[in-house]
Amino acid sequence: MSDGLSSRRGFLASSAVLAGTALAGCSGGTASSSDAVTLGILEDRSGNFALVGDPKHKASLLAIEEINADGGIMGNEIEVFDPDPQSDNQRYQELTDRAIRQENVDALWAGYSSATREAIRPIINRNEQLYFYTTQYEGGVCDKTTFAVGPTARQQLGTVLPYLREEFGPDIYTIAADYNFGQLSADWVKVLANENDANVLGEEFIPLSETDFSSTINNIQEADPDFVMSMLVGANHTSFYEQKASAGLDIPIGTSTAMAQGYEHRRISPPAMANIYAGVNYMEEVPTESNTNDGGFVDRYFDMYPDAPYLNEEAETNYFSMYMYKEAVEQAGTFEQPEVIEALESGISLGTERAPEAPEGQTIELDGATHHVDHHMWVMKADEDHNIEAVENRKVPETFLSETVGCDLREEAEQTQYTPVDYYQEAK
Amino acid sequence: MVNGVNLFFQFLDSFGFIVLSAIGLAIIFGMMGVINLAHGELIMIGAYGTTLSFNAGAPLLLAMAVGVISAAAAGLVIERTIVKRLYQRPLDSMVATWALGLAMTQMVRIIFGNSLSGIGLPLGAIQYGQFSYSMYRTLLSVVALVVLLGAYVVFTRTEFGIRARATIQDDDTARAMGIDTDRMYTATFVIGCALAGLTGALYAPALAVVPGMGSSFLVEAFVAVVTGGTSVLLGTTLAAGVLGTANAFFTNLYGTFIGQVAMLIVAILILRFLPTGLSGVVETVRGQMERES
Repeated sequence: MSDGLSSRRGFLASSAVLAGTALAGCSGGTASSSDAVTLGILEDRSGNFALVGDPKHKASLLAIEEINADGGIMGNEIEVFDPDPQSDNQRYQELTDRAIRQENVDALWAGYSSATREAIRPIINRNEQLYFYTTQYEGGVCDKTTFAVGPTARQQLGTVLPYLREEFGPDIYTIAADYNFGQLSADWVKVLANENDANVLGEEFIPLSETDFSSTINNIQEADPDFVMSMLVGANHTSFYEQKASAGLDIPIGTSTAMAQGYEHRRISPPAMANIYAGVNYMEEVPTESNTNDGGFVDRYFDMYPDAPYLNEEAETNYFSMYMYKEAVEQAGTFEQPEVIEALESGISLGTERAPEAPEGQTIELDGATHHVDHHMWVMKADEDHNIEAVENRKVPETFLSETVGCDLREEAEQTQYTPVDYYQEAK
Repeated sequence: MVNGVNLFFQFLDSFGFIVLSAIGLAIIFGMMGVINLAHGELIMIGAYGTTLSFNAGAPLLLAMAVGVISAAAAGLVIERTIVKRLYQRPLDSMVATWALGLAMTQMVRIIFGNSLSGIGLPLGAIQYGQFSYSMYRTLLSVVALVVLLGAYVVFTRTEFGIRARATIQDDDTARAMGIDTDRMYTATFVIGCALAGLTGALYAPALAVVPGMGSSFLVEAFVAVVTGGTSVLLGTTLAAGVLGTANAFFTNLYGTFIGQVAMLIVAILILRFLPTGLSGVVETVRGQMERES
């Protein structure tokens, strides 16, 4: 390597860097003009969570198209920044940063898994970005600019666990995905078991990459519970249902995660999902007028996406949260994020004249103090032919943050996640 | 407490899984030195071929044959276009096959969507006391042994096998003796891919058939091949035995996470203390015994 060669290389390299920086500076300016509102939609369309992330993306776009066809928000057409984060948390962080600082999104919908949410929340907090997290999750996020509008573990498990305890008996075995959502949901199972006079015989945490459940099945057989609570997550974990059916294990299973998100009842041959009870705010089969009637949510979704395989739980949350955002902007009279957050905190109801009813049912409300939604919950049961029947339904308000923790973001701006272990002895 | 019968079945399951994950890669990496990071995707192709044919109405065994042939065909194309240029370049073959794997996963996702309707696990369960175990998964351990035996017979007892080993051992001399070495390399690679396809076909009824499913086999495949050592078939068998035991034992006691950790720790210990792998130890012992006699 002669000096001449390396210095020429050095010159070329540094001029390339300078050129790149200059160009980046050009595109880094503000992208949102006063004529259009830009919304960031970061949902997984490839990778481990593609199966459940894709409908979220589709439903957001459906809502946006409907709103745009109706004149947009306050006369402004909605533009979308929606690259694919590929189920990769590092990519999520890069894209969130880009969405906030380069694209200047007025509101952000991002992430499927709780791990993703926690990976990007520091960026959200640093920039005080209005952020909607729409997946069902373990609960407890009390954050000034975050609106976790999906159902919480307490709402979901708190609907299905008491029902199964009534039907089948008090002994429970928990199986859960081994990350923050699974661990915290399992803690909630212990809290709910205590509240409903039931016992948790054992818990098992299974890594997200695991596909072999034979030892888990043996453990369930050994513990001999009355029913199983399952919080398994992701494509790899769906093998559990197949394998349990093949091993002849037909114990009733209550779940917050199966069927509603990954539509196992359509993908796996019957009767693998028989006697599975999903406690959810929404599934494609939820029998409400706004969902299943002609021209209802299901019809509109498949009109726009005829090849889509299923309309899942989170898609509905992405859909109605878009309308909540529109309602809040119209109440606030501006797109400025602090004002919109204030409008959201004054409480938004759907099922009114101005904001259409959410497909999941009765009027649901955004609770301004906690930034969570009082959902309409359902217990949906699959039979041997994988037909889905709604065996129970009622409105379930969010209670952990509002009653137990006392989170009120209108009074005090926080950025914390509270966990049941801090408040309940039995969760330890 | 360790339940003996459960542990036995779990061991068989683990053994079968490790053998079947590794065998295709053992042929390609062990015999040819090509680091094929698209191995998982070839397994996925086998699974997809099987599932798609089954869903189109074919009986299960025919569908599995289709899966194997699809993977073999994919292997043929890959070898002719990419791999044959990279035989003396292990690092380059890593990068190229890794990229290939990514492209294959995404292509399958684009063409076939995020998941396929699954094939049910056939054959029901073996009941013993309050426990039961899937008959099919137990059978897979037997299939794994048959595959090992079959590969052994092909590579040591047939004309083709001897020529293939000659080519790999000493390329120039083999060519000088009239063996078409190009075709030998292609054939060996295709056999490795066909075996990967067989793994995918066999596990398709047991797993969720999604584009990323190949990655569930990769860890076991590489760990088994590397700890197995220089002798391909003996090494794979021994590695599967040792790693399978570690996995099954600790899973039985502490759960799947600890089982994985234990298996990997055992692999690290083997690599640290037995650099020539498990089959290397056997060769050394055999050499010593011959010298003594």
